[in-house]
Amino acid sequence: MADTQNEALPPVSKWAPVVALAWIVPGGGHFLLKRPGRGALLAASVAAMFLLGLMMRGALFSPQTGDILTTVIYVGGFIGNFMSGIFYFLAVWLGYSQADVAGHVHDYGTKFLVAAGLLNILAMVDAFEIATGKKE
Amino acid sequence: MPKMNLSHFEASLLFALFTSIVLGIITKRTDRERFRYAAYCFGCFLAAIFGLSWLMYLGHG
Repeated sequence: MADTQNEALPPVSKWAPVVALAWIVPGGGHFLLKRPGRGALLAASVAAMFLLGLMMRGALFSPQTGDILTTVIYVGGFIGNFMSGIFYFLAVWLGYSQADVAGHVHDYGTKFLVAAGLLNILAMVDAFEIATGKKE
Repeated sequence: MPKMNLSHFEASLLFALFTSIVLGIITKRTDRERFRYAAYCFGCFLAAIFGLSWLMYLGHG
């Protein structure tokens, strides 16, 4: 077995604030860890993806359950939207509401909004690995 | 907020660009490796876009 599996995780107080900030403000975790270049690129990528989604009038998901496909799409989509952090909260607080309508532009917009959150999850994992010393 | 109308190709290119940047940043350890990996991912996205587009075009008949 690899030795890495036996390594103890550093205390939560060391990495939780970084991960939380990385979620709320995309790229913020990297700024906190003094990696401003990477943080700026991550922030710009997530922000651009989310803003393009809004400008294409993509729909934001709200969680719905039912059959397995409905649950996966709507709960998964909601998690993707929610993980965009401050961008999602601002869009909701400022009243952004777009019905899910047909058309390739709207459809791309919806996917961009979800993808922004998924990219931010990757950034959060990267910030976690830096905070716990697994990566520089 | 202005409404934006992008074609399939433009939207795919933008998606590929931002996703490649993030993948490059999070997976490699030096800036040079990051840049090369981001460029590689972007190239793979482009190949997939053109390849699948031609496949759909030819498959459609």
